[in-house]
Amino acid sequence: MFPWSSVSKTARLDSSQYIVATRQLWTGAIISDECQCAACRSLAMATTMPWFGMDIGGTLCKLVYFEPKDITPDEAELEVETLRNIRRYLTNNSAYGKDGHRDSHLQMNDVVVRGRRGALHFIRFPTSAMGKFLELAKDKGMATLVSSVCATGGGAYKFEDNFRKVLNLSLHKFDELDSLLYGLQYVEMNSPTECYYWAHPTLDGKCEKVGYDFSQPYPFLLVNIGSGVSILAVYGPGVYKRISGTSLGGGTFLGLCCLLTGCNSFEEAIELASKGDNTSVDKLVRDIYGGDYDRFDLPGDLVASSFGNMNSKDKRQMVSREDLARATLVTITNNIGSITKMCALNEKIEKVVFVGNFLRVNPIAMKLLAYALDYWSKGALKALFLEHEGYFGAVGCLLQLHCSSSS
Amino acid sequence: MAEKEDEMVDKSSPRSIELPDKIRVFDNLKNAKRFAIDIGGSLTKIAYYSTISQRRVLYGPLNKEESASYEETLMYDVSEGARLHFIKFETRYISHCLDFIQQNLVNARDHMLGKSIKATGGGSYKYTQLIHEKLGLSVDKEDELGCLIKGCNFLLRNMTDEAFTFCRHATPEYTFMKAQSHIFPYILVNIGSGVSVLKVESEDKYERIGGTATGGGTFWGLGSLLTSAKGFDELLALAEKGDHRNLDMLVKDIYGGDYQLLGLPGDLIASSFGKAMHAQIQKDKSSETGSEYSEADIARSLLFTISNDIGQIACLYAMMHNMPRVYFGGYFLRGHPLSMHTISFAINYWSRGQVQALFLRHEGYLGAIGAFLKGAEECDSDKYSWMENLAGSAHELNFTIDPMQMEPVSPPANLVLGQLEMDRWEHPVTCFPILADPENYNPDTVDLNKDAEARNYWLECFRDATSKYVDRAIQSQPHSETAEERAHKFRDKYLNRLQYLQEKPFAYGNLTVRSLLDTIEHLLKEFDFPDPYLMQKKQENETALALLPARLQLLDQLDEMDKHHELVKAILAGNMFDWGAKEAAALMSQNGFGLDEASSRLQKRPWLVDGMDCWLRRLDGPAHKCAAIFVDNSGIDIVLGIIPFARELLKRGTDVILCANSAPALNDVTHSELQELLRKVSTMCPIIESSLRDSRLVAMGTAQAGPCLDLSRVCRNLTNTLVQKEVDLIVLEGMGRALHTNLTARFTCECLKVAVIKNRWLANRLGGEMFSVICQYESHGDN
Repeated sequence: MFPWSSVSKTARLDSSQYIVATRQLWTGAIISDECQCAACRSLAMATTMPWFGMDIGGTLCKLVYFEPKDITPDEAELEVETLRNIRRYLTNNSAYGKDGHRDSHLQMNDVVVRGRRGALHFIRFPTSAMGKFLELAKDKGMATLVSSVCATGGGAYKFEDNFRKVLNLSLHKFDELDSLLYGLQYVEMNSPTECYYWAHPTLDGKCEKVGYDFSQPYPFLLVNIGSGVSILAVYGPGVYKRISGTSLGGGTFLGLCCLLTGCNSFEEAIELASKGDNTSVDKLVRDIYGGDYDRFDLPGDLVASSFGNMNSKDKRQMVSREDLARATLVTITNNIGSITKMCALNEKIEKVVFVGNFLRVNPIAMKLLAYALDYWSKGALKALFLEHEGYFGAVGCLLQLHCSSSS
Repeated sequence: MAEKEDEMVDKSSPRSIELPDKIRVFDNLKNAKRFAIDIGGSLTKIAYYSTISQRRVLYGPLNKEESASYEETLMYDVSEGARLHFIKFETRYISHCLDFIQQNLVNARDHMLGKSIKATGGGSYKYTQLIHEKLGLSVDKEDELGCLIKGCNFLLRNMTDEAFTFCRHATPEYTFMKAQSHIFPYILVNIGSGVSVLKVESEDKYERIGGTATGGGTFWGLGSLLTSAKGFDELLALAEKGDHRNLDMLVKDIYGGDYQLLGLPGDLIASSFGKAMHAQIQKDKSSETGSEYSEADIARSLLFTISNDIGQIACLYAMMHNMPRVYFGGYFLRGHPLSMHTISFAINYWSRGQVQALFLRHEGYLGAIGAFLKGAEECDSDKYSWMENLAGSAHELNFTIDPMQMEPVSPPANLVLGQLEMDRWEHPVTCFPILADPENYNPDTVDLNKDAEARNYWLECFRDATSKYVDRAIQSQPHSETAEERAHKFRDKYLNRLQYLQEKPFAYGNLTVRSLLDTIEHLLKEFDFPDPYLMQKKQENETALALLPARLQLLDQLDEMDKHHELVKAILAGNMFDWGAKEAAALMSQNGFGLDEASSRLQKRPWLVDGMDCWLRRLDGPAHKCAAIFVDNSGIDIVLGIIPFARELLKRGTDVILCANSAPALNDVTHSELQELLRKVSTMCPIIESSLRDSRLVAMGTAQAGPCLDLSRVCRNLTNTLVQKEVDLIVLEGMGRALHTNLTARFTCECLKVAVIKNRWLANRLGGEMFSVICQYESHGDN
């Protein structure tokens, strides 16, 4: 059956109604009365370590681990060996198996989570390796320590059965967008250099990251670029609406890059793109009009048609894998920039914050977004970025677990 | 005329080339006056203006010689009609096409010397030299987007059913919009290699408000890289066969089902190509978990990706500028249902139904039309109106070209992909001023696109009737050696068209009884049968005129109420004399079938729709100021039905405008025939005589040339007179004007709709029997 046919009948979120979270997120005075499930109550009683937050996306699974640094000798003595082993395994390694990675440069030391002082560790692995992850967790004895894990993202629903079957764990699910915003706000408050922008994004020599004071954030547009893209307008603490999105996101970049170049990973795709040149792949304004299109003020070096030269066999033979990767990156990024610009103008919001793992190790995309927003809005819009790009959902999830456990 | 007929039979030097469905293209080149060309990356469109000479019968007082046969005494004049031709072909054959034009510009070459050709489109730069060499014309380059807008405005104003919405799997899938005089403001999204979004506020005021580089070129470019498809159409064909779910990450791939909190259904695409990495890797390693994908799946994902994106961006612009109407043009769509569906879906989804995606039947021609119109006096929208020539246009709506057939056998014979012809109305037309709701006026009673049963019936009905038209056409020109051949060409072409419409009922816009009838008239004219019923009409008029004095005498002896009753009944009985209706035609063939015989066949009262008593009561009241009567058949109908009715209105003090077709259709009385008739009647009746003299009775042409009546396109002279004379009564007579069309039309004044249903199927459908009567009186207060 054609998959769209049922779509229009489905009720959709009415964006005229803001989502007002019951929690007072910004101040940290957190009340949660929404979860009364058995898993939640058991956690509330136990507050058992280890503390994790998981955000299982379409492509990547993000895992945030809280490592307590204020363990008293008494506690240390009581700490079961399994727990100690997990802590050491996670903090002493930066790679787990073939697929897991810890982003040690993002590690947040000396943060307070629910009265405990410690460090936040940021770990990611491909969602496709979920099976291996579960096996690993089983080997490490996770199931003997806790009965529930906090998770958000679509995978929290999709893999619920797998967690129960393999680990005998129930998943305590949190809303994805609530978690994202909550995590973002928490990290921003605890990491003084979190927010930045790109100055002179098009000038190779002068281009640099500059810190941005995000202490007065509202209102802002939040563009989360994961496999797909979600665009939220955030008006105040816990007050936001999802205004748009597009299916042309990081997953599209990666998928097309793999098909076009045979690459096998995001890193490889970005590496290829950084060496390529899209101008022979794309059709530029000057390719059509011989120069600028003055009548409508379009500069000659503007891309008129992404991949527009590739219908010609001769030109196909002249481009490299790197060029194709670059063109894919530019296409997807510009498209996101263009949709974002219109959303920002429609909502009359000037600050645009880009997050999500598409931006990881991806300065090309960030600079393009910065340039595109500035250019097309004639300087009215500002593109902001955050160091912990893709981890906010997982952080928010971890924090909320403990919120609920305190109630 | 000899020359025209030579052209018809001369096969040794073809001056036109044939489309698959036998439509001649590059017709009339020898009369071409001006050219424009729109050269795109894949398709080129040539526009030219020509004058066409068509025979027209002069109907007037004749000096009859007893010895001559009637036909020999006929006088024809040759009318100069204006026609716009638009031809579409693949750019790679541009050289062949230019050669063809050059060789066939018989008379025009000298005339064209030193003149210029308007050119637009990306290729206008590249081919400037070639055009100059081949045609000896200098090339004026016109701005592409400006041309698109000009072309779009022209089509929206002049072409009925030009714009449509598309809703896949709905009944009908295509919903057409009427030609409108108020077309601004709107957004035009041109999807070429890239996408331009244009805001159009008036003929001269427009701006490019944005665009995206993700366009047709992206689809084509990526498709060429990722599949082995040879061209754009092959890619589209491939997309039809694919399943995007093997490559796209759906909401349910991430969530395992719907994402209910955000109301995102499981089948919604969350990430285009989001599964491609694993699909590919696992395909290489033959793993179990990865999905297999085919080239077709890639093409389909790509089509969805691009169309969705364009739809969303267009929607964002429309909302930003608060404009609910968005038209789509450019080579990407070319009527492809899957693309139109995806764009419509995206627009509807992102705007929550606030923005409407509209497509254009002739989107491919916008640039060529616009380039042609730049400075074209012949097309001044204030002075002239145009209509689609149903005989000459060939459409590719939903027309997917089989790539195997794309290689031309001997260029240019098979290279033309489509054409559009538009004829200039002899008089400028405008919307009928007395319509109650002109914006939503729809002339046609039954939409055959929507109603499959009705469609099958009428297509079959017209198929059966074709031979009758052929016979009549041949009989009308007994001394012509080519009549039979031309009539057979007419037959073949009409039957082909019916077959095509059976498969693609939406190909020429809304399919209606009116459009099927109009097509016959256009084709008959095209094959030089200007008036097949001429002799018939003449004879019947004379027969009826002979009966008129006695009839008037009889009526004058009746008392008021009986007389008015009798007058309406006579219109009804007269309306039986319709050669367009099979069963009526059979009756008329009987000897001695006259008004009384016809009257006896009518349904007995109460009629199927019986407003007679209301009408009679109304006549007790004050006289109308002025009545406009839209008349139907020649002979008894007009002479014994309508004229006595009009005469009685005149006697009551009501002025009368008799509105007749401006050109022949079936046995309908034409404006010029009507004038001649009234002259004759005035010698028999002093009331008619004095009314004509005082201009209290006038005959006027509607500008129409079919058996039906589209009140959105009526001669401007007529509408001016209606307003000036303050018409307060409309009378619509006959099946064509009061039943197939306008049955549901409402007016700002009183209206009387009178018709006999001479079609058993239609009668049954309306809940009546054969020869049921519609006599519908709508008082002003009914509105």
